[in-house]
Amino acid sequence: MPKDHGIGASSKRREDVRFLTGQGRYTDDINLHGQAYVHFLRSDVAHGRLNKVDTSAAEGMPGVIRIFTGKDFEGVGGLPCGWQVTDRHGNPMQEPAHPVLAQGKVRHVGDPIAAVVAETAAEARNAAEAIVLDIEELPAVVDMKKALRPDAPKVHDDLSSNLCYDWGFVEENKAAVDEAFSKAAHVTTLELVNNRLSPNAMEPRVAVGDYNTGTDDSTLYTTSQNPHVIRLLMGAFVLGIPEHKLRVVAPDVGGGFGSKIFHYAEEAFCTFAAKAIRRPVKWTASRSEAFITDAHGRDHVTKIELALDAENNFTAIRTETYANMGAYLSTFAPSVPTWLHGTLMAGNYRTPLIYVNVKAVFTNTVPVDAYRGAGRPEATFQLERLVDKAARELGVDPVDLRRQNFITQFPYATPVAVEYDTGDYNATMDKLLEMIDRDGFEARAAKSKADGKLRGLGINCYIEACGIAPSALVGQLGARAGLYESATVRVNATGGIVVMTGSHSHGQGHETSFAQVVADMIGVPEAQVEIVHGDTANTPMGMGTYGSRSIAVGGSAMVRATEKIIKKAKKIAAHLMEASEGDIELKDGQFTVAGTDKSVAWGDVTLAAYVPHNYPLTELEPGLEETAFYDPNNFTYPAGAYACEVEVDPETGKVTICSFAAADDFGNVINPMIVSGQVHGGLAQGIGQALLENVSYDENGQLLSASYMDYAMPRADDVPFYQVDHSCVTPCTHNPLGVKGCGEAGAIGSPPAVVNAVIDALHRGGMKHVAHIDMPLTPARVWSAMHG
Amino acid sequence: MYSFEFAKPKTIDEAVAALAGEEAQALGGGQTLLPTMKQRLAAPATLVSLNSIPEMIGVCVNDAGHVCIGGATPHAVVAREAAAHYPALAALAGHIGDPAVRNRGTIGGSLANNDPSACYPAAALGSGAVIKTNTRDIAADDYFLGMFETALNEGEIITEVRFPVPQKVNYQKFVQPASRFALVGVFVAKYADGVRVAVTGASSDGVFRWAEAEAALNADFSKAAIDALSPPEGTMISDLHGTDAYRAHLVKVMTGRAVAAA
Ligand SMILES: Cc1cc2nc3c(=O)[nH]c(=O)nc-3n(C[C@H](O)[C@H](O)[C@H](O)COP(=O)(O)OP(=O)(O)OC[C@H]3O[C@@H](n4cnc5c(N)ncnc54)[C@H](O)[C@@H]3O)c2cc1C
Repeated sequence: MPKDHGIGASSKRREDVRFLTGQGRYTDDINLHGQAYVHFLRSDVAHGRLNKVDTSAAEGMPGVIRIFTGKDFEGVGGLPCGWQVTDRHGNPMQEPAHPVLAQGKVRHVGDPIAAVVAETAAEARNAAEAIVLDIEELPAVVDMKKALRPDAPKVHDDLSSNLCYDWGFVEENKAAVDEAFSKAAHVTTLELVNNRLSPNAMEPRVAVGDYNTGTDDSTLYTTSQNPHVIRLLMGAFVLGIPEHKLRVVAPDVGGGFGSKIFHYAEEAFCTFAAKAIRRPVKWTASRSEAFITDAHGRDHVTKIELALDAENNFTAIRTETYANMGAYLSTFAPSVPTWLHGTLMAGNYRTPLIYVNVKAVFTNTVPVDAYRGAGRPEATFQLERLVDKAARELGVDPVDLRRQNFITQFPYATPVAVEYDTGDYNATMDKLLEMIDRDGFEARAAKSKADGKLRGLGINCYIEACGIAPSALVGQLGARAGLYESATVRVNATGGIVVMTGSHSHGQGHETSFAQVVADMIGVPEAQVEIVHGDTANTPMGMGTYGSRSIAVGGSAMVRATEKIIKKAKKIAAHLMEASEGDIELKDGQFTVAGTDKSVAWGDVTLAAYVPHNYPLTELEPGLEETAFYDPNNFTYPAGAYACEVEVDPETGKVTICSFAAADDFGNVINPMIVSGQVHGGLAQGIGQALLENVSYDENGQLLSASYMDYAMPRADDVPFYQVDHSCVTPCTHNPLGVKGCGEAGAIGSPPAVVNAVIDALHRGGMKHVAHIDMPLTPARVWSAMHG
Repeated sequence: MYSFEFAKPKTIDEAVAALAGEEAQALGGGQTLLPTMKQRLAAPATLVSLNSIPEMIGVCVNDAGHVCIGGATPHAVVAREAAAHYPALAALAGHIGDPAVRNRGTIGGSLANNDPSACYPAAALGSGAVIKTNTRDIAADDYFLGMFETALNEGEIITEVRFPVPQKVNYQKFVQPASRFALVGVFVAKYADGVRVAVTGASSDGVFRWAEAEAALNADFSKAAIDALSPPEGTMISDLHGTDAYRAHLVKVMTGRAVAAA
C-alpha cells in the first residue's frame, strides 16, 4: 500500500493551489508606495571603449528622477565572485573587476551602461533613448580558442590575457595518465561541444529596492534562489551595508534552474538607487533583457580520450576542455567547469587514472555560470558519448562495456578526489532494461524502416554529486562560502508547527515535501506544519537551493531541529506524566510511557511549553523552538541509467523521440510524485539541450538567438510520455533521511541518451561515417552530418 | 511601445478614411505589428483596427465556387469555417502558430506582411488567389514582390481573398524548430488548367513558384516526377536553422510529399 501521508507519500503539492489560481506572490506583484522605475541602457556592441555617456538631454525628459552611470558607482564595490580557482601552477585565477554599471568599457551585448530612474517604466525607457553614447567599437572575441591567441583583443585590459585559469586535475596524476595511454590496447577519442544554453525561467528577473529613512534599513525584493547569499554578497562586497541593516526577500519565484543563484547588477542597483533617491526603485526584466543578462549555462569545447586494456577495462581518461566564462565572472562561474565537473569524470566506472584539464576563457559574451546540473551534465555527456563510441569501435554491446567497468564496491574513492558512499549501478541498469523491452527493439526498428524511418536506441548511465556540500572541503577548493543549511522549527502553543528554512523553493514543492518530513517525525497531520522560506528577516542564515541540495542538506537541518524539539517535548511529557524521560515514546502525535497506559497528546505538551503552569521551570526553559545548522559530511551521489529511442527521418534529418525511460537511484524518496515531476522537468531540459536549444553569437558578438523566434525551447509535443522509476534505492549513508536529491538528474542524464540514440539510428541506416553530431541535433545538423 | 491613437471603424470606408491620417497604420490581429511596436521598431501615430468591420470577417463560397475569406478573418475562423469548402486551406490555417496567434492573427495581416516564412503566401500563390483590396483586385502572381514587399499601396486594405478550389492539393510545412514558422513550406495545387507549386520559407526573395516542378507535374502528377528533379536554384536563405543547400533539398522533399499526399 502506498503511504497516504508523511515520508514516502505522494502528497499533493499544496503550493500549487496558489500558483495555479493566480494567487502566487511574485516579486513583480510587489509594488511599494512611491515606487519609481528603472530602465537600463545596455550596450548593443559586444566590445567597446566607452568614451562618453551624455545624459544631459535625457535629464530633462518627462518623469525623470535621476540618471545613474558608471561614475556614480566609482566608490562602490563591484559584483563579487564567490569561488577562487587555483590553476595548475598554484596561482590564483585571473579575476577581473565587475562594475555595477560599465566603467571605461563595455564587454558584452547587454552590459548595462546607464540607469534611468523615472516615475513610470515608459518614461524611464523614453529618457534612456535620449542618452547619447560615444562608444568606440573594438574587435570582439567570441571563439574561445581564438581568444587565447597571443594577438587576441583582451576583454579586460588589466589582465595578462583572456585566460581565467588553466586547471589540471589531478595534476600529480598527469604523468601516470599519459603513461597509461601509451600502454593502452585501444584508445577512443572524441571531440565535442557542450552547447551554450539560456536558462529561460518562466518568471523573468525582477528587483525592487527599498530604503527606510527612519531606520536606515534597506530591503531588496528579488527573484532569487538564495536570499541570504545575496544579502551577504551585496551587503558586504558591493554596497557596504551590514547584514542587520539589510533584508532580502525572495517571495514566490517562478523557476530558476541556477540562473537566480547569482548576484546581479540590477539587484545592487535597485538597492543603491532606493537609498540615493529615497524612494523604492523597481526593475522588471523583459524577456529580451533576460536573453542578454541572465547568466548562460554550459558552453564547453572538449577533447576526451579513453584508454582501454586488451580486456576492454578502462585504464585511463584524459580530457582537455575550454570553458567559456563570458565577459565577467558570475558568482559561482569558476567552480562549474572545475570542481563540479572534474570531480565527476569517473562517472559510474572504475577507471584508475584520470586527468582533467580545463582552460577557462573570457569572451565578449554574457557571463556563463551554473545551469541545472552545472558541470555534471558536461562531465556525463562527454563520458557517456565516449563510452558509446568505444563500444562501437570495439564491436561490443554498449551495456556490456558499461557493466564490465561499473564500480560495484562501496564506498569507492575515485581518482578525482570524491568518495561515493553508496550505489548499485547494475540495479538501475537492470531496471532500465526491464522498462524498455530491449529485446523488442529490432521489431520496432523494422517497423520504422517500413515507414521510411531509421530507429535508434541510446543507453547511458550518469552519476552526479548533490547535496553540496561539506563546508571545510569546499573551503579548501576555493569556495568563499560555507555550504551548510539551517532550519528553525517553531512550535506554537496549540501544536501548530512553523518551519523556517534556509532552503528556497522556486517550483520544487518544498512546502509540501518538507512538511511531510516534519509531520512524519512528530506524527501530526501535514496540514499542521507550515514551511516558511525566502525572507532573511524571518529565516535563519541559509545557503539556498541549487545543486539538488535542499532535501539532502536543508531536509537534514530540519530533521536535526525537529529531533531537538522532540527531545525537549519528551522532557515536558515526562514531567506531565511524572515519568522518567527515557521511558517516553512519541508515536502518532501521542507521548506514552513505555509499558503503561499513560499518555499525553502533542497539543498538551505544546500548551504546557507556552503556558508553563505545571512545568519543570527550574530545569527547562519554557517555549518550544529549536534551530539546527547541518553541514554535510560528503556529497550525495544519485545515479541511474537512461534510455532513449528515436526515429530519424533520413530525408530531412528530423529526430523524433519515440520513448524515454529513466531509472534513478535517489536514495530514499520523500514524495514520489514530486520526484517524478522533477525528473520530468529535467528530462525536458535535457532533451531541449540535445535537440533544440542553442545560444548562438556571430563573430562580432551579436546574439543571434535573442528571442523565442530563434531560441528553441522544448514544447510539450517535442517530448514523449516519460517512463520514470525511482524504486532502486541505496540510501545515502551519511544524512539522516538517507536521501540523495533529484532535481538535476533528468537534465544530466538525458542529453547523451538522445545523441547516442541518433548515432545508433544513423549507423543502423548504414551511415557509419557519423561518429558524433554536436548538440542541438537540429534537422539541419543531422542532415548535414548524414551528407558530410 | 510608444503612445498611439486607436481607431475602431465599423466599415471599410471609415477605415480607409482613418488610414489617410498622418502615420496611421492598419491593425489586423497585431501578431506581427504589436511585437514590433513593443520593441519600438514601429511607431504609428494611429492604429486603425480592422477587427470590427463585419464585411471583412468570415468565410463564404461565391457563385464561381471560389472560397472567399474576409481580410480580417482570424486563422482560427478559417480553420473552422473553410474546412468544408477548402480543407487544405483550413488545415494550413489550423497549423499557424499557437491558439492565441490563430485567434488573433488574420489572413489580411499575414498577406500584407508577406513574411518570407509565412504560410498564407504559399496558399495564395499556390491557389492563384485574388487579393481584393478597397481599390482593386490583385492576382497573387502580381502581388508578392519579395521579402516583406507586396503590391499594396500606402493605406490600401486587403478586404477579401478569393481562392479557386483545386482538384488536388496539399501543403507540407517543415517547421523551423524555434518559431515554428515554415523553415520550408510547399503548397501544391492541381487545377484543370495546370499545377501550381508555391514555396515559402526558402527564398530570400520570399514566396515563389517552382517552375520546373510545375512543368514536371503537369506532365506527370506523381512524386516520381519530383524525385527526378534537382533541387531548385535561386537565392535560398542561410541562417541559424539551415543552410541554403539544406533548404533547397527540403523544397524538393516537401514538394514530393505534398504531391504524394494531394
Ligand atoms: C508566435 C507566432 C507564431 C506564428 N507562426 C506563424 C506560422 O507558423 N505561419 C504563419 O504564416 N504565420 C505565423 N505567425 C504570423 C501570424 O500568423 C500573423 O498572421 C501575422 O503575424 C500577421 O497577421 P496579423 O493579423 O496579426 O497582422 P498585424 O500584426 O496586425 O499586421 C501586420 C501588418 O499587416 C498590416 N495589415 C494588417 N491587416 C491588414 C489588411 N487587412 N490590409 C492591409 N494591411 C494589413 C499591418 O498594418 C501590418 O503592417 C506567427 C506569429 C506569432 C506571433
